Amino acid sequence: MKEKTGFGGRIQAFKSLEPKDRRLWYKEFFINNSLYLFLFAAIIAIEIVDPMFLSVPSIVNIISLSAANLPIALGIAGCIILTGTDLSAGRIVGFTACVAASLLQASGYPNKMFPGLATMPIWLVFLIVVAIGALVGTVNGFCTAKFHLHPFIVTLATQLILYGVLLMYLMNGNNNGQSISGLDAGYDQFIKGSFLKIGKTPIPNFVFYVMIITLIMWFIWNKTKFGKNMFAVGSNPEAANVSGVNVTATIILVFMLAGIMYGVTGFIEAARIGSNSATTGLNYELDAIAACVIGGVSFVGGIGKIRGVIMGVVLLRIIFVGLTFLSIDANMQYVIKGLIILIACAIDMRKYLVRK
Amino acid sequence: MSDNILLEMKEISKEFPGVKALNRVTLRVKKGTVHALMGENGAGKSTLMKCLFGMYAKDSGQIFLEGKEVSFKNAKEALEHGVAMVHQELNQALKRSVMDNLWLGRYPTVLGGLVVSEHQMKEETKRIFESMELRVDPKAIMSTLPVATRQMVEIAKAISYHSKIIVFDEPTSSLTEQEVAHLFRMIRMLKEEGCGIIYISHKMEEILSISDEVTVMRDGTWVATEPASALDMDQLIRLMVGRTLTDRFPPKTNQPSEPILEVQGLTAMHSHVKDVSFTLRKGEILGFAGLAGAGRTEVLECLFGVAAKKEGRITVDGRNVRNRNARESIRNGFALLTEERRATGIFGILDITENVAISSLSKYKVKGLYLSNRRMREDTAWAIKAMRIKTPSQKTKIRSLSGGNQQKVILGRWLITDPDILLLDEPTRGIDVGAKFEIYQLILDLANNGKSVIMVSSEMPELLGVCDRIVVMSGGRIAGTVEAKNTSQEEIMALAAKYV
Repeated sequence: MKEKTGFGGRIQAFKSLEPKDRRLWYKEFFINNSLYLFLFAAIIAIEIVDPMFLSVPSIVNIISLSAANLPIALGIAGCIILTGTDLSAGRIVGFTACVAASLLQASGYPNKMFPGLATMPIWLVFLIVVAIGALVGTVNGFCTAKFHLHPFIVTLATQLILYGVLLMYLMNGNNNGQSISGLDAGYDQFIKGSFLKIGKTPIPNFVFYVMIITLIMWFIWNKTKFGKNMFAVGSNPEAANVSGVNVTATIILVFMLAGIMYGVTGFIEAARIGSNSATTGLNYELDAIAACVIGGVSFVGGIGKIRGVIMGVVLLRIIFVGLTFLSIDANMQYVIKGLIILIACAIDMRKYLVRK
Repeated sequence: MSDNILLEMKEISKEFPGVKALNRVTLRVKKGTVHALMGENGAGKSTLMKCLFGMYAKDSGQIFLEGKEVSFKNAKEALEHGVAMVHQELNQALKRSVMDNLWLGRYPTVLGGLVVSEHQMKEETKRIFESMELRVDPKAIMSTLPVATRQMVEIAKAISYHSKIIVFDEPTSSLTEQEVAHLFRMIRMLKEEGCGIIYISHKMEEILSISDEVTVMRDGTWVATEPASALDMDQLIRLMVGRTLTDRFPPKTNQPSEPILEVQGLTAMHSHVKDVSFTLRKGEILGFAGLAGAGRTEVLECLFGVAAKKEGRITVDGRNVRNRNARESIRNGFALLTEERRATGIFGILDITENVAISSLSKYKVKGLYLSNRRMREDTAWAIKAMRIKTPSQKTKIRSLSGGNQQKVILGRWLITDPDILLLDEPTRGIDVGAKFEIYQLILDLANNGKSVIMVSSEMPELLGVCDRIVVMSGGRIAGTVEAKNTSQEEIMALAAKYV
């Protein structure tokens, strides 16, 4: 059996099919791409109901919301490639966001958590926040790799611990458990300011930061030894071990990198939201996991692409925004989100089932 | 006479892509007898049994149970018709109790099937155990019991289904002498009750002592069916082995020279491998023979550092090496082709390039940072050419290749690490005959180029045809080392049974 490659080859392969096989081919095509077809139909339907949906401000809105959620999804994707998951992602985002916000409150703000603290350099806070994310990620990875615990359990525990620590942190100084707001104007400008406008709509700066981060992640996944090892461990850890891959180190690094991504997300979220509390980042990991799965990062292990994660995040965001445009009841939106995730997973799984 | 026959498998054939696994094999089991099924590994015994139990669909042939044609779809259906199997590797729910296992799938119920009757289960279990002189608490948890007892539970299950045919697949491989005696009492009891027993084993003394008739298979064909009383061990071996070795192997041209690897007193931490010592010469192909469970794979795993060592010294070119993990072993010039290709060899969903490059990624680093795709592709192209791998492209996922081609990809992976010592564990398992020849040729080419090879195999002709010397293992120890030129399968078989 010779496998045809390239687009021309595929067309040729299709032409050589019997009518019966062609019907099967159509069926497979529709099932495997049903999500994209559905989305395409949905966009058209929403646009007909409300022509504002495809206006520039609306599109920029979708892009910036996607960008805000992309780093966390890129981080969690690595964990999924290892057939794991990360339930602590949202809490790490929340914790790092609160830390970033508390260190970068405007100096004259009345309820400042650390009144004596002069405004810190933005880059220093960024590094602190990323280091916190990396530390928690490393703990997650260490427990997963060394104690052979499922990351579900490990991260279930660490997210609880982190939540407790966050609540204690919010009691610091003058804050007394309140939301942290009144951020330094420089920080605010650094994240939300804009040097580029489309028409009259400004594109917030963080969209460009996320682009750079995504490029770096693409490089790590595809061009480094660590990236290749990650896919190998996800695909077959036993074989990876025999092949001389340091499986333990690879797992720890994947979780550490994920932690760094959550730290980045937290750093962006703090300024983007402006007022951060214990609920910041809550359930972010669930949207991120859903985006990964929709984008073809499979729980089977060893499968996933950066462009898939980007697609997943954007698609999910279009759906969320679209549902609002259709003025669908907020409660109903949860039902629809849930169904979409379920169907996406089922379609994904179909590809890997061994036919009997 | 024909009404005396309980089970007849008539002219059963089964073909896998590239291999004729069974070629018109006939097996007749009489009522109240023990019928031994013998043959080398790969002779087709297991395939024949899998056809009986519906795990494989037979291509042609018929199966008659008490004169009626049957065709079971799965093991459960066979069991319900009174055909049971006691597996070599017991398939049990280890965390559940003895009686749960016994009545799994058909719990006795009360209240119209709503509630499982624990009481009835326990009483029934006790009754069966009494008839078997077995003193086991029906509520004991399976995993706390020794293997022999778990096997007895399996037999009890067969009895509870009123089985007429019971297949024993290597039942004594992990039993003590006493336990074997108990098992044989059981088998004789079943026989007296009119059951037909199919007994698969490699152990010839056992076969000759317990069985009434013996059927010998070789290369998927029926060779002979004889009364056990008419056979002795030599005849049995001759029936099993009897074939010529011409043309199945490439000519041997390698010239072993000075010793390169010295292993002394290697003892494993977690397996029964004990005090293994041997020498491997440069350019030599050293075979490792032995029965299943002799510890050959474990020796390779210890050498390569994927299994923990307790004691032992490994010297390469006079230099002590520790090989604590695979990375260290690769740096010391070792390579391990594992036995379970799917489980520990291939990365099924990754492509050929990734499968080839995984062990030598550091080699492709540019400026210590990123990997050169071009050089990875070049090396993969070399592997595809040198190993004669049949694949549409480098981007093809390895799982869509045939077994032989997958094996060549993994061999290519190891050759790119430029090893001096290759450890090959069953390199031709599950590979069709043509591809086997190519693998032999590759191994000989390696030896010709000064590489040293250790090859574990369960196929004796292969060891005799390819190796220079053969180490025979038995019960985790070395039973002897023989020159491949002046030995015979008979001698190796005798050594392999030394510490069983």
